[in-house]
Amino acid sequence: MNFLSDWPTFLPGLLAGLGVSVQVALLSLVIGIPGGLLLAIGASSRKKAVRLLIIGVVEIGRGTPALVVLQIFYFGLPASGLTLSSMAASVVALAATTAAYTSEILRGGLQAVPQGEVEAAGALGMSRRDTLRFIVVPQGLRIAIPSLIGFAILIFQATSLAYTVALPELLSQAYSIGSSTFNYLSVLVLAGLMYAAITIPASWLTSRAEKRLARHL
Amino acid sequence: MDIFLTILQGVPMTIGLTVAALAIGAVGGIPLALGRRSNVPIISLAAVSIIEILRGIPPIVWLFIIYFGLGTALPMLDPITSAVVGLGLISCAYMAEIYRGGLSAITRGQWEASEALGMGRGSVLTFIIGPQVFRVSVPAAASYAIGLLKDSSVAYTIGVSEIVYFANDQSRQTSDALGPFFLAALVYVIMTIPCAWATRALDARLRMRVAR
Repeated sequence: MNFLSDWPTFLPGLLAGLGVSVQVALLSLVIGIPGGLLLAIGASSRKKAVRLLIIGVVEIGRGTPALVVLQIFYFGLPASGLTLSSMAASVVALAATTAAYTSEILRGGLQAVPQGEVEAAGALGMSRRDTLRFIVVPQGLRIAIPSLIGFAILIFQATSLAYTVALPELLSQAYSIGSSTFNYLSVLVLAGLMYAAITIPASWLTSRAEKRLARHL
Repeated sequence: MDIFLTILQGVPMTIGLTVAALAIGAVGGIPLALGRRSNVPIISLAAVSIIEILRGIPPIVWLFIIYFGLGTALPMLDPITSAVVGLGLISCAYMAEIYRGGLSAITRGQWEASEALGMGRGSVLTFIIGPQVFRVSVPAAASYAIGLLKDSSVAYTIGVSEIVYFANDQSRQTSDALGPFFLAALVYVIMTIPCAWATRALDARLRMRVAR
């Protein structure tokens, strides 16, 4: 059985795919996390209409599977006159999902900052914006770091959904090698191990980050 | 409206996949969670490795490995079976982690008290710790179940006729690329939001019955 012997020949194609997967994941996080922070701040707005609107957006964003969001951006938007490449559609779709999910994570982080500090900042005459910028957000972000890393791992896994929009990422590459060599099991297992090679060390990082943060809080 | 009704035909499959995978995970997670706490290093290392590998590989890749990879050798793996097996295996790992969280929420004193009463390890687990772990695990398991409901959409890629499959089918037939997917999204949102409310209520009720 040539289960392992073919791995060296599969490797270049799969590594190229892995590069695309990592790129999509990083871009989605870089765009999505600031978006999530804005949503998190907006969700605690004093204006009820703003608050309800943002909570609605977040609930819909979290309630819809990433796969469906991806299909809407890739197949759906051309119908309304905006055509995105598979790369752009994947990044936009995953960034939108990231924003919806991280807004809840960040909101939890922001709320964990003691209320007394906010009141103290007010007593010192700091404006609401300055309090948010210098007191609440820096501490809230730190509290949220372990959950954010955990979410980043899930987004990296979710890049495999971009297979459905013909993005040449890791899974697409593995599948196309599989269909040309009929050695699906071997190439898919190798691809799976490549995902695991990134996600497993990253999840150790999460638990280390949790322990480090627990030391200070 | 017709499109909406057609997409609704996928709902039983989506719910079926979710429930089946969750049931497999709820049972399979128990040995993994206990194995992880084992004092025998080989057992705990094996349990940790299985959990990490199951969680470390994306669901869609598992389904492909099972359906396209193993399916060529095992013809009884049709798309539905492959999806149930794949999602079920992943659930085992996630449920094991949820149980682990639940186990650590039960105070040591309860183990010690049970031991002082002369109960064996097995019966402490079944009668004292186990029932409480299940109750403490409900909120985490419920939010995992909601995630699984959405993740089950990946089964569409191997041809299981669930919600996204029908949405995709309708968008081809009506050459409307946007509407069917929006309706599919709506169906998911309608299903997940009441689930989230129900679990919050259930959690509040179950929490009252856990000794602290």
